[in-house]
Amino acid sequence: MIVDEHASGRQPLLSVRGLRTGFATGRTTLTAVAGLDLELAAGECFALLGESGCGKSVAALSLLRLLPPAGRILGGELRFAGRDLLRLPEVEMRALRGRGMAMIFQEPATSLNPVLTVGRQIAEALPELAAGAARERAAELLAAAGIADPWRRLEEYPFQLSGGMKQRVMIAAALAGDPQLLVADEPTTALDVTIQAQILDLLAALQAERGMGILLITHDLGVVARMAQRVGVMYAGELVEEAPRAAFFTAPRHPYTQKLFAALPDTERRGRVLATIPGQVPPLSAMPAGCRFAPRCEFAFARCQDESPQWREVGSGHRVRCHLADGQGRILPAEAAAASSGCAAVALPAEVSPPHGTDGTAATPLLAVGELAVHFPIRQGFLRRAVGAVRAVDGVSLSLRRGRTLALVGESGCGKTTVGKAILQLIAPTGGSVKLDGRELVGMSRGALRPLRRRIQMVFQDPFASLNPRLSVGEIIGEGMQALGVSADGQGGEGARAAIGALLRQVGLDPAAVSRYPHEFSGGQRQRIAIARALAVQPELIVCDEPTSALDVSVQAQILNLLAALQEELGLAYLFITHNFAVVEHLAHEVAVMYLGRIVERGTVEEVLGAPRHPYTQALLAAVPSPRLDAQPVPMRLPGETPSPARPPSGCHFHPRCPLAGDDCRAAYPAAVALSATHQVCCLRCS
Amino acid sequence: MNGQFVLLWSDALIWLIAIAALVLGLVSARQPQLAAAWRRVGRSRPGMAAATVLLAFVVVGLADSLHYRPLLAPAAGSSAPVYAVETLSLLDAIAEPLRSRNEKTYSAPLATRAFAKETSEVRDADGSLRQVRDFPRLRFGGAHLGADEDAREADVGARVGKSLALGLAGWAALLVLVTLWLARSEALTVAESSRRIRCGETFFAWNSVLATLGLIVLVAAPLFALCGDYHVFGTDKVGQDVFYQVLKSVRTALVIGLVTTLTTLPLAIFFGLTAGYFRGWVDDLIQYLYTTLNSIPGVLLIAAAVLMMQVLIDTHPEWFATAAERADIRLLALCFILGMTSWTGLCRVLRGETLKLRELEFVQAAQSFGVADLRIIARHILPNVMHIVVIALVMDFSSLVLAEAVLSYVGIGVDPTMISFGTMINNTRLELAREPVVWWSLAAAFTFMFALVLAANLLADAVRDAFDARLAGSS
Amino acid sequence: MLAYILRRLLYALPILIGVNVITFALFFVVNTPDDMARMQLGVKRVTPEAIAAWKAERGYDKPLFVNTEASGTGLVTDTIFFTQSARMFVGDFGRAEDGRDISREITTRMGPSLAIALPTFVLGLMVTISLALLLAFFRASYLDFWGVVACVALMSISGLFYIIGGQFLISKLWKLVPISGYGGGLDAWKFLLLPVLIGVVSGIGSSTRWYRTIFLEEIGKDYVRTARAKGLAETVILFRHVLRNALIPILTGVVAVIPLLFMGSLLTESFFGVPGLGSYTIDAINAQDFAVVRAMVFIGSALYIVGLLFTDLSYALVDPRIRFDR
Repeated sequence: MIVDEHASGRQPLLSVRGLRTGFATGRTTLTAVAGLDLELAAGECFALLGESGCGKSVAALSLLRLLPPAGRILGGELRFAGRDLLRLPEVEMRALRGRGMAMIFQEPATSLNPVLTVGRQIAEALPELAAGAARERAAELLAAAGIADPWRRLEEYPFQLSGGMKQRVMIAAALAGDPQLLVADEPTTALDVTIQAQILDLLAALQAERGMGILLITHDLGVVARMAQRVGVMYAGELVEEAPRAAFFTAPRHPYTQKLFAALPDTERRGRVLATIPGQVPPLSAMPAGCRFAPRCEFAFARCQDESPQWREVGSGHRVRCHLADGQGRILPAEAAAASSGCAAVALPAEVSPPHGTDGTAATPLLAVGELAVHFPIRQGFLRRAVGAVRAVDGVSLSLRRGRTLALVGESGCGKTTVGKAILQLIAPTGGSVKLDGRELVGMSRGALRPLRRRIQMVFQDPFASLNPRLSVGEIIGEGMQALGVSADGQGGEGARAAIGALLRQVGLDPAAVSRYPHEFSGGQRQRIAIARALAVQPELIVCDEPTSALDVSVQAQILNLLAALQEELGLAYLFITHNFAVVEHLAHEVAVMYLGRIVERGTVEEVLGAPRHPYTQALLAAVPSPRLDAQPVPMRLPGETPSPARPPSGCHFHPRCPLAGDDCRAAYPAAVALSATHQVCCLRCS
Repeated sequence: MNGQFVLLWSDALIWLIAIAALVLGLVSARQPQLAAAWRRVGRSRPGMAAATVLLAFVVVGLADSLHYRPLLAPAAGSSAPVYAVETLSLLDAIAEPLRSRNEKTYSAPLATRAFAKETSEVRDADGSLRQVRDFPRLRFGGAHLGADEDAREADVGARVGKSLALGLAGWAALLVLVTLWLARSEALTVAESSRRIRCGETFFAWNSVLATLGLIVLVAAPLFALCGDYHVFGTDKVGQDVFYQVLKSVRTALVIGLVTTLTTLPLAIFFGLTAGYFRGWVDDLIQYLYTTLNSIPGVLLIAAAVLMMQVLIDTHPEWFATAAERADIRLLALCFILGMTSWTGLCRVLRGETLKLRELEFVQAAQSFGVADLRIIARHILPNVMHIVVIALVMDFSSLVLAEAVLSYVGIGVDPTMISFGTMINNTRLELAREPVVWWSLAAAFTFMFALVLAANLLADAVRDAFDARLAGSS
Repeated sequence: MLAYILRRLLYALPILIGVNVITFALFFVVNTPDDMARMQLGVKRVTPEAIAAWKAERGYDKPLFVNTEASGTGLVTDTIFFTQSARMFVGDFGRAEDGRDISREITTRMGPSLAIALPTFVLGLMVTISLALLLAFFRASYLDFWGVVACVALMSISGLFYIIGGQFLISKLWKLVPISGYGGGLDAWKFLLLPVLIGVVSGIGSSTRWYRTIFLEEIGKDYVRTARAKGLAETVILFRHVLRNALIPILTGVVAVIPLLFMGSLLTESFFGVPGLGSYTIDAINAQDFAVVRAMVFIGSALYIVGLLFTDLSYALVDPRIRFDR
């Protein structure tokens, strides 16, 4: 095979030298990728790691010359299997796409043509085959991509497939031309962790089987640890560090890489302040002249400001672009960096709040949710009668005490966000009760609810959709105070102004931000504004709906730190809705795991994450890729995907995917089993 | 121009729109996003060229929207002032010669003689009467030439030359002023500022504005120099000056294009937002309402409504003091009817957008504070759909101007006594069959209508590009 | 799928009733029958007797909605609303001012209207979609730029100009085809050529620009990038992927107007003297023949509602998401 020749001849399959890519805007060109160098051997998986906006996707598109219309390749050299890609005429480049190198994209939902069948979309990548043969081959490819019943799927349209299946179809189409290199641009970011694990397994298997090279674009250190043989870290359009997998995880050398690791929340850093990177990525139009990371780097010295660092070899196959590696300034080994970046132990609010256990049950909890149900009717047929219901939330019970954090964990579509909104009465519950400090909220009139609204607030997932772009920051924060008649201390405009200023300071923003507008702020800053808005009415409970899932790791750390500090200072209770176990481990006291509208397991963090009992919790935890070398999880994979909440399986909702399921599981939904005073599981196999 | 000030309904609405535009401008200046969008419009060269042309039309239209009834010479013995039945506008006063110097019938542009031969009696030297068939001399067109009709070319040439020289001098002065102002405000050298204007490197598309102004000067200066003593665009069937008709048509077109949208905007916004926000039966009802209205083909609904309005107006002559008032009410009624048939489109778009917006998290945040629904609509939804309203406003304008011409032709447009592009075309379209052809009325009407509509379309494009966030992001 | 169609059909009924009520209100409530009679008879000849006779002749002498004098079903059936509006549902439109039966007139005039409207529609669609594809293929080039400029200029020209200019140039100056008129049989093409040509040309500007926007929007989508990544040629992408998806918005906009083709075009027919429904309407408007205008409004709305049904069906045909969903 050609692949072997390349491998033996030590000629890299792909080599990129000084790639520069930019976007034309008006008369100027903004450089998005400023000099990228990398080599990828045949059959190797190289991970390009970076936070959003660092230029990694643009770099990937440049390789296939698939840039959007405004994109321009400004310079550099791209060699693939010995051919200079930038000199190829478009016709030959086209012949190379799909056959030499193929690409899969982040959003399987939009990346397939909605009006063509799956079979057609795969077969069109096989132009040399006749129709019948192409179909046969397409079915083979679908099977290779792990799709059961490929012949039936060939006739289906993308909208009939789930997200994970669509990504498998994308992979099948990419494999059609038997490519030597697969460029995978965040292939699992839009997927749930259990599906992500399946897709990553598939990619790894295909790579091994076919000796295919993979260029994996990702922002997730866990995915890197699972997949990559070598890693390149991108920051602000430049590659700053490149290392073999082992070296990368044991001894990262660039301060940025070290910070990325330090910012990850996990058990070890529980109760501590996470390391954060101050400031933000500079905009493309105002890149610093010297090292691009210098303005945010705590080790920066004079030279960093003026001179862009060159590559330094610091180990075998390990190079870094940092002046520190020259032996100038303070050299920091990974461990020292982690320690110095302010991981000082701070008392977790857990220690100041009343000890949990028996006395917790005696006092009324701040929030008590009992058998909460939210059903959305499905209307069908001639008269649009309700023929069934999507049981988004189907009997959820929770309780939360002051000053504590309860994490509600689950995959997308399990109904966890609906729970949050139903608690705030933003969605009318179909049944059950929500008691705030003993007062029933369900069925309360809008007027009667209003005074209670100031005690319970929400922080939303998307910081770009949660702030009205037409209002100034002051107006946004002041809205709740005005609506609920909270005029802090000083009455009237002056007092409110001062109160807003104080709030902004409390969430770590300059009070001068009052008169500015949301679009002037970055994602993390916007999330701070959203938190200030919730705090403005002095609530006792804040429902946080995935507040960090739209943010980069380093910014996520800032927000998590802020939330922890606020809890300690104000004694807030959080209902923290998330899919991210690392975040749960970091800040929650108690955890409830949701599957298809019901809670399958709940207990303290130590109980649920340390010794999970429900098979779903176990599988979920196993599916999370860990950003460490040592701790690769036991390969326990969930087959299939989450069923639709419109037609949940009979009996235990989880039984079709459960490795332990028996006939008794199909019969009835299992009752909750108390394993300890705090730990409950809904599973027949746990009693 | 002594007289009694008259405020016609359409005048009031036109000035209301002018004030509303000013207020919108002030509000935009305070709202960074809106201000940025308008700055993008200001940077667009076709957009600004179009805006300059439109501004010229608007100036004419506004001058034609200040009405009064002139004071008549008091009748003997009475001291009370008497006002004419006829209602005139400021434009009429300025263009008095154009309005009053009517010929008998058709005459070609710049002609000194009528278009058709006429039999007249000439007394010969011997005193006998002789019948002569000739093109009669016009009463006003080129009258200042006296018998020396051959001097017409030279006269016209001289006037055009002089006016162009004057106009260009004025234009050059403006150019210098802008250059100096830019140099001062941006702290540049004069040479640099003139280079920037020339190369289009300014934040406002000065070069296209100035070029368009130059073009307008090139066209307008000769027109003004000639229109006093000639009929620059000829005269129509009843001898009225076509240039005057064109000027008067501008206001009609503006009223149709602007007032229509204005009268229906509140309706579309209110129904669209409430349907999208409250959903449920409110939504069903509003959807039913606009689907029903929409399902009647526009022209037919307009025809039916206009017919009925005609009956209403004709059977109640006592409602109107003057003919102008009647024509004015008819014009407004037409605007209203046109609006009734067109608000549904905007309503549907606004409903769809509101359905999307109400699911956004900032609306839910407001709901979680218990903010009242109407306040949420006014504070959170309305400002975020304003760009759609602005786009709809400018996009509708041109189609409405075009529609007026068609409707007037069909006989369901403006009052036949009201001068508009439509009535101009309708009155002379049969004359194309004559030999030689009477082309000038049609040509003038079509040319000016084209200029107005093209400018409106170009501005609409610029505004849409600037306000549509999706487009702004992709380009 | 069947339930979907049935529901759509059922939904159309209240709309049709709504249209009927609106037209009734327009014609009989805004102005009383007395006013109409006065208007029709002319100011001079108006006597109470003449008005009464005029009303009786047309059956306008009954109460509007409720006849308190009648008994039984006559309470609602012996009213203007029932006799004038309700009968339209069964296709009975009464008589025009000149005494002719409106329904008969409509059926004979449909042919000529369609003879012009249908070719205009089909040709126009083909021409504009091809032009839009061309512009989309050469997007961001000078051809595209000037094409769009030309479209904007074309759409800024009044429809009247196309007709008047076309008649003047082609018929009067070049004498290629007759200025106006209509004939059956083999000679019909002579009369149809010019109106069809003008109809196509006058629609080029706005349609081409609109379709181009739709194409460009589709081209910017992710699945096009996927198709490129598979190494497909640009023309294949345009025809197999983009056109198919763009057809969804295009078809739904276009299908809705197909039934309305029966109505003909007011302007074209009156300028070219075609004895179709368009010129029928114009004549009725000019003659203030309320019965005919009312009938045309009703038919127009009914056809529009049929168009809406077609739209829903075509959606289901083109878009698998709808085809399989219901």
